[in-house]
Amino acid sequence: MKMTGAQMILDGFVKEGVEVMFGILGGAILPLYDTLPQFPQLRHVLTRHEQGAAHAADGYARVSGKVGVCMATSGPGATNLVTGIANAFLDSVPMVAITGQVARPFIGKDAFQEIDITGITLPITKHNYLVMDTASLPRVVKEAFHLARTGRPGPVLIDVPKDVFQEQAEYQYPSQLDLPSYQPTVKGHPAQIKKAARLINEAQKPVIIAGRGIVISNAYAQLKELAETAQVPVITTLLGISSFPQSHVLSYGMLGMHGLAHANLAVSGADLIVAIGMRFDDRATGAVDSFAPHARIIHIDIDPAEIGKNVRVDVPIVGDVKNVLSALNKQTTPAQHVAWIEQIDEWRRTRPSLNIRDSESVLPQYVVNQVHKATGGKATIVTGVGQHQMWAAQHYQYDDPNSLISSGGLGTMGFGLPAAVGVQVARADSTVWCLDGDGSFQMTIQELATIAQERLPVKVAIFNNGYLGMVRQWQELFHGRRYVATPLAGPDFVKVAEAYGIHAARATRRDEVAPAIAQAMNHAGPFVIDFVVEPEENVYPMVPPGGGLAELLEDPKKEGVKSPWPSTR
Amino acid sequence: MAKHTLIALVEDRPGVLNRMASLCRRRGFNIESIAVGHTETPRLSRMTIVVEGTGTMVEQLRKQLDKLVVTMKVSDITADNSVDRELALIKVKANSATRSEIMQIVDIFRAGIVDVAADSVIVEVTGDEDKIDSLLSLLRGFGIREVTRTGRIAMVRGSTSLGGADKGSSARTGRRQKASGE
Repeated sequence: MKMTGAQMILDGFVKEGVEVMFGILGGAILPLYDTLPQFPQLRHVLTRHEQGAAHAADGYARVSGKVGVCMATSGPGATNLVTGIANAFLDSVPMVAITGQVARPFIGKDAFQEIDITGITLPITKHNYLVMDTASLPRVVKEAFHLARTGRPGPVLIDVPKDVFQEQAEYQYPSQLDLPSYQPTVKGHPAQIKKAARLINEAQKPVIIAGRGIVISNAYAQLKELAETAQVPVITTLLGISSFPQSHVLSYGMLGMHGLAHANLAVSGADLIVAIGMRFDDRATGAVDSFAPHARIIHIDIDPAEIGKNVRVDVPIVGDVKNVLSALNKQTTPAQHVAWIEQIDEWRRTRPSLNIRDSESVLPQYVVNQVHKATGGKATIVTGVGQHQMWAAQHYQYDDPNSLISSGGLGTMGFGLPAAVGVQVARADSTVWCLDGDGSFQMTIQELATIAQERLPVKVAIFNNGYLGMVRQWQELFHGRRYVATPLAGPDFVKVAEAYGIHAARATRRDEVAPAIAQAMNHAGPFVIDFVVEPEENVYPMVPPGGGLAELLEDPKKEGVKSPWPSTR
Repeated sequence: MAKHTLIALVEDRPGVLNRMASLCRRRGFNIESIAVGHTETPRLSRMTIVVEGTGTMVEQLRKQLDKLVVTMKVSDITADNSVDRELALIKVKANSATRSEIMQIVDIFRAGIVDVAADSVIVEVTGDEDKIDSLLSLLRGFGIREVTRTGRIAMVRGSTSLGGADKGSSARTGRRQKASGE
């Protein structure tokens, strides 16, 4: 059967299970959009900036478990995708990006809106293609989805010249893949698993560090089984949050630069680290020289290149986390680590990290706490990047699998709102809260229009402190309080939201917080709350840059603090 | 820090060299030399990449290169007993007074003269880097006009082969059948 290139791509989408695409059209990709009406089963969400399309596809992919698809035209459309693709690359999110390209005869001529997007995205994609032969499109589409979703997931870009979209060629969707050089290792090496089991069975002070690999591999049950059988405290990375229920007695929260004190101390005091689906990012490890100085390290990851990249590893296991944990669980024996767990509990009691002091003003930690209370912990939390992100990671109790969506590796300000678009599209019936900073929010604020147009009931909480807060905190602590270029003036977020046709409220005092959240929850559609928070509030604990995890700074403003949580948190 | 020899079997497609070289650059490696050519297997190219680094650093680079979708297999053969060769063309100033002395030196190195002009000769030499470096230093006194070197190619001694009987070879067979069926 003959088809145009555009038809081949969209038919491939259908065959690969795509339901939604996020994008913006333009000249070079117009033929693909022109073909969309022939595929009514495919929903297209129009964003207001291509970066938003990529983040939306990213958020969609993270919660749906499917490949997120975004599309943009050539030139500026393609370059606008770049931040979103890089974000997906660093957080291992499955994504296929389609970009239009100038027609083949114009390639290499600096034609209007021509840019070498495959060259630009070479270091930030798992793989990319420039399709010069229309007949190769079916193979390319099939490979792209396979590469994006298997092994360590990641973004794949397909750059398609305008005349390839339009050209007809013989079409048959390939039934088999032809990728001899791509064969991810799924099953862990039995000898390594045996060694790991022995170390776990012999450990006195073990700690699990769980990363996003648990979420990607859907290995929640296997992680829980390992932790419970061997009685190993579970600490997570930022993106490992919601891989293990935080109300669980063995959950000890997040480690790292803004990790909880007891979590960082536990890692520093452990005699065994079982690192699962995480990559020892410097924000998680602190100074690597003093990382877990007393511990042997087991590292389970599907990407062999992650093994030994940042820290020395005693027992590496390359494989799919779920597969490896299932095998490992068969060899771990029940154990008790009463003294060790008591020690960590003691740190948690004596060096609490989650207390919130009394204040008439709106404290950002209190806002997160109240969002948790109002949603019963049942919301999906999406964040931007900055101080609010850390407070969101610390002060909400994540019990449901995959309930925190955040930009970890790239730390992309502006991720929150467009990612929330994708998350809400994938979880149409769930409550989605976008917690964002005033700085981060303004980087992709135009996606309010997408939310309004698509009638997505996203609730947005802006932590408005009038600063690029995280940088201001660094300036305060490490640069002599010189607040260079961090103060932000305006805008009036309530008026902005209303201009987009979105209901909004403002809270400037503590007693206005809960009512505002309730108002948002009771409203059927999207809602924006401008929380005017304490402007110079800092995120604590904090491991100063270059410091080891145990050298954390704690909140100097300790008077009048109390824990809003039961004693297990 | 030592020089390491990496052998990469890669798909013979446009852009592959760029992917490999770009990865070396962004992971902070300076490529000492890179040599690319066809192999015994159709659609597979073989690259010999020489980089400098510690064992851990180069192992990280090897794994990152191996991860690229276009690479079939990347091996660090530095520790193996291998045959390392490089070819150089050297244009040396030569006149009737110096030509015979140059020819004697060339003979000792089992090199050859492949072009003779009134005031210069081109010397072709094959060998490992040390041999070529020593020849160059001896010829320097006559005046060197131009040098071009291919960079190292290498092969492990003995009967094993890098593209040998592992998962790759059966997959490649499948690929060939597919290719001929197209």
